[in-house]
Amino acid sequence: MRVRAIVIRIIRQFFRDKRTLGLMIVAPMFVLFLMNLVFNGEEYKPTIAVDKNVPEVVVEKLAKSDADLKELTKTTARKQLEKQQIDAFMEMDEGTPKITLEGSDPTVNKAVLMAVQKAFQELAPQTQSLQLKTTYLHGSEDMALFDNFGPVLIGFFVFFFVFLIAGVSFLRERTGGTLERLLATPLKRWEIVVGYVIGFGIFTTFQASLISWFAIDILDMMMEGSFFYVLLITFLLAMTALTLGTLLSAFANNELQMIQFIPLVVIPQVFFSGLFNLDTMAEWLRSLSIVMPLTYGADALREIMIRGSGWQEIAQDVYVLLGFSVLFMVLNVIALKKYRKL
Amino acid sequence: MFSVVTDGCLNYDGGQKNLIMSDYSLYKIFFSYKIEVSNHSRKEGYAMSEKPCICMKHVSKSFGKKKVIEDVSLEVYSGEIFGMLGPSGAGKTTIVKMIAGIDEATNGTIDVLDTKMPSLHVMKRIGFMAQSDALYGELTALENLQFFASIYGLKGKKQKQRIDEVMELVNLTDHIKKTVNQYSGGMKRRLSLAVSLLHEPEVLILDEPTVGIDPLLRQAIWDELERIRQNGTTIVVTTHVMDEAEKCQRLAMIRDGRLIAVGSPEELKKRTNSQTIEQAFLHFGGARQ
Ligand SMILES: Nc1ncnc2c1ncn2[C@@H]1O[C@H](COP(=O)(O)OP(=O)(O)O)[C@@H](O)[C@H]1O
Ligand SMILES: [Mg+2]
Repeated sequence: MRVRAIVIRIIRQFFRDKRTLGLMIVAPMFVLFLMNLVFNGEEYKPTIAVDKNVPEVVVEKLAKSDADLKELTKTTARKQLEKQQIDAFMEMDEGTPKITLEGSDPTVNKAVLMAVQKAFQELAPQTQSLQLKTTYLHGSEDMALFDNFGPVLIGFFVFFFVFLIAGVSFLRERTGGTLERLLATPLKRWEIVVGYVIGFGIFTTFQASLISWFAIDILDMMMEGSFFYVLLITFLLAMTALTLGTLLSAFANNELQMIQFIPLVVIPQVFFSGLFNLDTMAEWLRSLSIVMPLTYGADALREIMIRGSGWQEIAQDVYVLLGFSVLFMVLNVIALKKYRKL
Repeated sequence: MFSVVTDGCLNYDGGQKNLIMSDYSLYKIFFSYKIEVSNHSRKEGYAMSEKPCICMKHVSKSFGKKKVIEDVSLEVYSGEIFGMLGPSGAGKTTIVKMIAGIDEATNGTIDVLDTKMPSLHVMKRIGFMAQSDALYGELTALENLQFFASIYGLKGKKQKQRIDEVMELVNLTDHIKKTVNQYSGGMKRRLSLAVSLLHEPEVLILDEPTVGIDPLLRQAIWDELERIRQNGTTIVVTTHVMDEAEKCQRLAMIRDGRLIAVGSPEELKKRTNSQTIEQAFLHFGGARQ
């Protein structure tokens, strides 16, 4: 009953503040759209150099695919790769074809690999056994495209906006005196926290559905798995962000200080959530990612959207995210003790 | 009478004092008349019974190492308006927050309605109006009232009826559909009061209810408080305005976290041979040092 009162109030406040409402829904879509434009532009036509030892049939097929071909020696090809005059170099290495990519631009990498794969598939449709050795001069195949980091972006935006808005609205409740007013009523501390979680929960379900739908159906982001799982993960991420945001708002005295948490709490998660390759990082630094909610959310979203995984593969991520939410909720209830012991 | 107020800025302070003083004499007549009426027509337990409704015993409060309240003991009787007078920073808010159950005393005990505070159970029977207007600005007055009413478990018809009643009482019925952001300072103050009255509390605690309010409205609020008191509510009100203190049945003078005097305004003035509460306050405050 009392929780319901809080839920209704929060939803009413949301619809009163149209601008924030818009920010939470339209801003993520807008940024995703921009990203989509930047990373999914016109198909790029790569320039591929081939060594003399590459069989004629391969070269012929390659020429028919979307690539410009050049015949170069290994040493000149290396030099030209460095200068980015060519995008890739193909040679035969102990009987298997080997591709060296310049590698710094994911769009180019993808175009090269597409062209080569297409050529090989036409050569031997049934024999997948023909192993292609791929090496990168710079970067690696982990630097992927919109499809690859799109799921991370969805997770990130949901996390970011819910964190900020929930944190700020709880902060306002505190600085505006309404929190103290609430604590002068027989409301229990947990009822306040649960009221917030449900009120925002309803709203973020709505927000997450719209963003995911926009990314998948309008921007045509790769989507192999179930939409329901995507919603489940974004919802859990939002809950984690909400509870963490309200918790941290206890340590901020005004809105600006709340914003100062973004580079401290939100941005590092982007680096550790798999958007960038962590292999080169020191072990201890890499292990930081296990305390970051976005790591699990991004991992699960990738599993679902790219690999089409089902419950089995994402279950662990779901449990961890649930754990984070419950932990932060409990901490919230404890943090409210600062204002009222009971 | 009001021409004095509108006389001009220079005379304003003096004018206001005159106004309050003359009001006070009227008030005394009014008040004694009321006591008589109440003695005849009401059940007992109403106006100023001797039963303590709030009882503070040797209460101290520290924030970290800083001692803010030191050894305050006092009793508030049922059906009275009990004033807490003291300069800003004296510790009035800290005391009323402890009585309301928001804060806990570091030492000593506070009983409200025969229950040791803090107690969620008793908090249902207390109305609290904070020093700052704790309202949701983006919501309408009605939505604010509905929210707080639901928190106190009022629903349906009863909720609607109470909302109408309290808005009538604070004279805001015509503005119930406005968002609170469109309210003036005085209207917000009155809405806060309405919110604290929703659940018909037995004890009403008001932290500087008239701060930043013009004299006319101030008078109206005090009239309202008197009406609420007559319905059997015990009222604790803090103020740093000396004139207002005269309107309380009994008064506690607080300075630097200590209780320097308790008694009815007349009693306090008599004890110090003062004409005004202000002089009495200075006398008690000076004697302490
Ligand atoms: N949460 C707090 N932490 C530390 N000091 C506080 C806190 N609340 C109040 N104080 C101090 O306690 C004293 C009394 O404050 P307060 O009760 O608000 O006074 P009043 O309401 O009479 O103006 C002040 O010196 C104030 O600085
Ligand atoms: Mg105060």
